[in-house]
Amino acid sequence: MSSNNDSISKTLIVVVSLCLVCAVVVSTAAVQLRPKQTQNKLLDSQVNILRSVGLIEGKASPQVIADTFSKHVESRLVNLETGEIVADCDTSCAESYDYRRAMKDPELSAALDGAADVASIRRVAARAPVYLTYDADRNLKAVVLPVHGYGLWSTMHAFLALETDGNTVIGLNYYEQGETPGLGAEIENPRWKAQFEGKKLVNEAGEIALEVKKPGNANPDSAYEVDGLSGATLTANGVQNTFTFWIGENGFGPFLQKVRQGALTNG
Amino acid sequence: MANAKEIKTVLFGPVFANNPIALQVLGICSALAVTTKMDTALVMCFALTFVVAFSNLFISMIRNHIPSSVRIIVQMTIIASLVIVVDQFLKAFAFDLSKQLSVFVGLIITNCIVMGRAEAYAMKNSPGMSFLDGIGNGLGYSVVLLVVAFIRELGGSGSLFGVQIMPLLSEGGWYQPMGFLLIAPSAFIIIGLFIWVLRAYRPEQVEKA
Repeated sequence: MSSNNDSISKTLIVVVSLCLVCAVVVSTAAVQLRPKQTQNKLLDSQVNILRSVGLIEGKASPQVIADTFSKHVESRLVNLETGEIVADCDTSCAESYDYRRAMKDPELSAALDGAADVASIRRVAARAPVYLTYDADRNLKAVVLPVHGYGLWSTMHAFLALETDGNTVIGLNYYEQGETPGLGAEIENPRWKAQFEGKKLVNEAGEIALEVKKPGNANPDSAYEVDGLSGATLTANGVQNTFTFWIGENGFGPFLQKVRQGALTNG
Repeated sequence: MANAKEIKTVLFGPVFANNPIALQVLGICSALAVTTKMDTALVMCFALTFVVAFSNLFISMIRNHIPSSVRIIVQMTIIASLVIVVDQFLKAFAFDLSKQLSVFVGLIITNCIVMGRAEAYAMKNSPGMSFLDGIGNGLGYSVVLLVVAFIRELGGSGSLFGVQIMPLLSEGGWYQPMGFLLIAPSAFIIIGLFIWVLRAYRPEQVEKA
């Protein structure tokens, strides 16, 4: 190594030019690949919505996912407080809505205080996306709600698909979580998720009735009880809290109330 | 370029004779985190091998111009840029796997193997040999990762690469999975056993007490 490498001018030249080269390489990669990444994220969320209603099982090609989604699903925004679908927001407007960002934005979301924050999510957005799914003859079949809540280690994100009565579960699809592998992470296990099919969220009096029991204690004939996960009590509690919050009045409660009265089926 | 024997030592030496994880005990953080499944471990191996090989190459190419007072920062800049590029590519072309690997691809930046090879080898040797040294150390890392992931996935989930080998009790089969293998401490034990076997076979690796 030559000794003048350590002179101030040489140091500055090397460092500045290296930074320039690296900056160009990194930003080129980021900009060139962004469209592909955005598309991946969109497809990922679409396939998870479709899985929750059972329109896609397992893996599917990007083409199939995009086609099925555009054919069967319409996105809408719901005002969580009033429970009404935002009238001046059609599918394309709802699809461009960044729900995750809205949850953090103080202008688009509200903080939850201790007692109301059942699922430990801190903030709730004023408007949330819902996905209306139709069969081939354009009859409304299901409404899919995004829900999330804190488990043992992580925030667990899921799509909950309900029948048009706003009460019967078609499917629950956990797709993003960081719970203990082999224990809490089993909420992503299809066999566990399948238990929720056909269960009811609320009883005749309109109270939240769905209950995640200790493993093995759920009555298979009950319309409300599902088994928890052995070795993952706190994760299962988190799932219960997620339901309690999102079915409740601070979550999709007002919207589901309207759905039960036929808001979607009566035109 | 050096002769064939030297190339062989540089390329395959780090696999068993001078393994970066087993002998130097570097870079075990990610070896604990991404080895619950074979497919995430494999992608991590490719990512790390790519980064260590190319960071060695680029650092060696400019080694005669790096001021020694800022050499660590210069190395870090090159390594970090490579890691970000790899991360961007994974997000674009292997989205599911990059979701599972989450922060661990980014953490290659702080992986001691990459820094260690840059400082110990690439600063003193020609670009070609440095590149091979990077590949060799990547292979050494990969061998350990894949062995650990093989044991953990087979024992913990009864599957390999996500394909069910031993049907689980909970799904009507006969195998009761060992949940302990799925949590991070088990990787410590497996790496410890790996080092034990290696040193029983090659006693010259045992440190003097």
